[in-house]
Amino acid sequence: MNRTLAGLHYSESHEWVRTEGNIAIIGITDFAQHALGNLSYVDMPEVDDEVTAGEEFGAVESVKAANDLYSPVTGKVLEINSELEDAPERLNVDPYANWIIKVEMSDPSEIDGLMDEAAYIAFCEKE
Amino acid sequence: MKYYDKLIFELSRKGRQGYSLPDTDWAESTVSIPDGLKRASMPALPEVSEPDTVRHYTNLSDMNFGVDTGFYPLGSCTMKYNPKINEEIAGMAGFQDIHPLQPRSTVPGVIKLYRDLSSALSAITGMAAFTLNPFAGAHGELTGLMIMRRYHICRGDLGRTRVIVPDSAHGTNPASAAVCGLETVQVKSLPDGTIDVGHLKTLLDDTVAGIMMTNPNTLGLFETRIEEIAGLVHGCGGLLYYDGANMNPLLGVARPGDMGFDIMHLNLHKTFSTPHGGGGPGAGPVGVAERLKPYLPLPRTDGEEPEENAGRISGFAGNFGVLMKAYAYILMLGRQNIRMAGPLAALNANYIKESLKDCYRLPVDRVCKHEFVFDGLEDRSTGVTTLDVAKRLLDYGFHAPTVYFPLLFHQSIMIEPTETESLETLDAFIGVMRKIAREAVEDPDMVKSAPHNTPVRRPDETEAARHPVLKFTDNRFNEDNYNRCGTGRL
Amino acid sequence: MSFAYFPHTPDDIAVMLERAGVSSLEELYSDIPDSLRFKGEYDLPDAMSEMEVRRYFEALDRSNTKLTVFCGAGAYDHYTPSAVKYIVSRSEFLTAYTPYQAEISQGTLRYIFEFQSMICELTGMDCANASMYDGPTSAAEAMLMSVASSKKRRRILVSSTLLPQVLDVVKTYASYHGIRLDVVGQAGGNTSLSSLDALLAEGDVAGVLVPGINRYGIIEDLTGFADAVHSSGALLAVYSDPSSLAVLKTPGEWGADIACGDGQTLGIPLCFGGPYAGFLACRQNLMRKLPGRIVGATTDMDGRRSFVLTLQAREQHIRREKATSNICSNQSLMALFVTVYLSLMGPDGLKKVNDLSYGGAHYLHDRLLATGKFSDVFDRSFLKEFVLGTTLDTDVLQQSLLDAGFFGALRTEEGYVSFCVTERRTKAEIDAMVDVIDKIG
Repeated sequence: MNRTLAGLHYSESHEWVRTEGNIAIIGITDFAQHALGNLSYVDMPEVDDEVTAGEEFGAVESVKAANDLYSPVTGKVLEINSELEDAPERLNVDPYANWIIKVEMSDPSEIDGLMDEAAYIAFCEKE
Repeated sequence: MKYYDKLIFELSRKGRQGYSLPDTDWAESTVSIPDGLKRASMPALPEVSEPDTVRHYTNLSDMNFGVDTGFYPLGSCTMKYNPKINEEIAGMAGFQDIHPLQPRSTVPGVIKLYRDLSSALSAITGMAAFTLNPFAGAHGELTGLMIMRRYHICRGDLGRTRVIVPDSAHGTNPASAAVCGLETVQVKSLPDGTIDVGHLKTLLDDTVAGIMMTNPNTLGLFETRIEEIAGLVHGCGGLLYYDGANMNPLLGVARPGDMGFDIMHLNLHKTFSTPHGGGGPGAGPVGVAERLKPYLPLPRTDGEEPEENAGRISGFAGNFGVLMKAYAYILMLGRQNIRMAGPLAALNANYIKESLKDCYRLPVDRVCKHEFVFDGLEDRSTGVTTLDVAKRLLDYGFHAPTVYFPLLFHQSIMIEPTETESLETLDAFIGVMRKIAREAVEDPDMVKSAPHNTPVRRPDETEAARHPVLKFTDNRFNEDNYNRCGTGRL
Repeated sequence: MSFAYFPHTPDDIAVMLERAGVSSLEELYSDIPDSLRFKGEYDLPDAMSEMEVRRYFEALDRSNTKLTVFCGAGAYDHYTPSAVKYIVSRSEFLTAYTPYQAEISQGTLRYIFEFQSMICELTGMDCANASMYDGPTSAAEAMLMSVASSKKRRRILVSSTLLPQVLDVVKTYASYHGIRLDVVGQAGGNTSLSSLDALLAEGDVAGVLVPGINRYGIIEDLTGFADAVHSSGALLAVYSDPSSLAVLKTPGEWGADIACGDGQTLGIPLCFGGPYAGFLACRQNLMRKLPGRIVGATTDMDGRRSFVLTLQAREQHIRREKATSNICSNQSLMALFVTVYLSLMGPDGLKKVNDLSYGGAHYLHDRLLATGKFSDVFDRSFLKEFVLGTTLDTDVLQQSLLDAGFFGALRTEEGYVSFCVTERRTKAEIDAMVDVIDKIG
């Protein structure tokens, strides 16, 4: 079972991005939360930290696994989802309703390098 | 085993004491410690009598399973019997009271033990010399990699910053490399878990510091191309590191030093029977080839301190208490019995493998060494997993094997019986494993909800990680102790 | 041939070989190239009986000189109550491994939880791990942890007053890990705050390590240290003697972020330097950067209070090369040792250990000064250990003491002599040692 949403942009490391103007809202996909199992902790950057496309910005942990989070875009962290600090399981319940960070993009064209829903579904089938 | 729910703090009553110390006979000194250097209130440690303390920990021990309790086939951990003479020797009062900084002239017996044990380990492994300082296997790995780096640096070969590790290796290998400032490069395994020599060739260049290997490997299979691998790695200027985790089946059979390895560690708590102690203390001596002797770390008990040394890696000269136990075992083995240690370990492993391979999947069907790996149940139709099998084993009085490692398979069950288990014990284990395979088909829900007869059942690990409770807190208890300043000078 | 630890009879071996599908033990190794088989005779002694093994070790023991210890320098001769040794020798604890199967390891898991709680209580920290190898390696791990927490900073500062072996081990780890290390100077036997300020001003500092009690036995005054370190964005780690923390200001009270040190002072015998148990504790915000095993409380399927290894996503078996430490195990049995010791001592007993040690050390200090052969080097508070200058030849002094059965007057790198008194030393022993010194020409 691998739920996806139309209108989102997807990375090969299983992050999704929704854009609002030059702001990128970033989370992890249903595929990612399934692979990890029950999440126990989300390691997030601090507001105002710089993130770079393709580089780590945090990690998600379950009891038996840990995966780094890679930023799909470059920019400055505007906001982090502090609800996840006490309730990481929200990402298991609905990974698309619970974002992780919001980033002010310095190069919105980076979005063009990500996959759309159809491409991501095809990508996951090969994984 | 019966459930016992207390923590020592919950037995505490203000004013009880479990200690017995002499009265002070020191005249009042004119000096005292300024208030600014003292803690504000006394620590909230428990206040319990000696009988209550002894009973508490005896009750805790009753919820524990050790090698003395029963069969402990934990793969990769070599849970062999721990001879009792080891403990009596290490506990001798004369050894307990030796200060680590005493001049060498006052401890010739200690120096002799270090020399005799080092020589014995050299004889067993074919390495030229050993440091006995490393405290554990992982500490030995780190020390070995430090020696490797130091060797290259001292030769002015500064570009060697990468270390090759098989993808089937234990996580400690890459973690040790990272702590040592080395970048890990993975070499692929073939389906049988041995190194893909073709792939290895593509990785070798003048940035390679060396390769870390176990042999036999994680699947209990001997790397038959080891001489070729040694030639290739040496040919590109790298060194070979032998992770001694799997040394047990080679006792009496073959020596890493003869295979071309330059550096290795041994786990004395595995191969040489010093107990595991619930996770430690162990000892991870590191052996090196002749040309690497100057790089052995400090402190040294031989009184030498060559400039090339890899640095100080421990406060003092390792876990002396553990080293004595290992040497007591080696003396019992002697040159005669060691010949049988490895072969009997391999015999036990192959006996179990052949007795169970019809009901558990055997991905690599070859003669194994000290251990082997099943990939879960043969019949998975009811959804019973490796975890369920492991938990059900606890109900039958066996410790579970290592599960979900190696990562080469999804349902790994790694079994290592060791040479100290009898045919009757192995048969009992085989009988239970077969019974569980039947239960998995006939009554899968019962297996999935196992264990049923243990003090606790499948504690919630996710909750423990989500909302960590890592220490005892009880406000009532703390208030009792708060603001107490005690009596006496300090 | 038969051997007490190998149960196999010739008949057993025959049955098992048949099942294994091979004709001989030799055949189990047929995949090993002949050139790699070890065919020689092992250069080992002949197999010994238990009685012979005892004789070997008894001879070793006799050859060592029995000494009354008046030295510390990182290993302290405190008393071990009988009940401690009795408990840690129980084979349910001794012969178990890391508590992977929580259902049959609640004994180990509970005492580690108690150990963590007690270390937090002594150090004033929020969380502690299940123990480290020894004090110096715990200090090195504390520094790796500070670098990992800072993400980008690659420099640490360590006090010149730390025990030499602590400094050396931290230097070793730092040099391989690619961390720049600078040594903070001292003033009058205490770490110098102005030296620290100057080094912090150069920037890039992730962590600072200072001692609670230092290499001279001096109780350090760390006033202002935490503010200085924190205002530069670095973490402060304090290396402590945990026994002394029954009475001295805790790392927590000094404002430290990390506490480390050696649990040896909590009743673990000297035993030529090991096994001991390092400890490592930290503030809540660093919990997920703490290396090593950690035990947490939870409940089981039936709602029973249970304990498990937790926060494992930090560790090497999951993070591999991304783990901040390669530590796999802990010194579990020594953690049990410390836990039972602290249970028996309680707050009052541990304070009394300090009272007795303090009294004895100051008595010896005053008596040594009264001989006219020694002088104070520093005018600072000490607990159980101190250094003095001496007009005597230090080699002659130490040898005279050794000849009389005392290990004291350890010569330091700076040329001082160091003494230590614990609760195990009696007034008669001190007087006897001072008499020996009195007689040195």
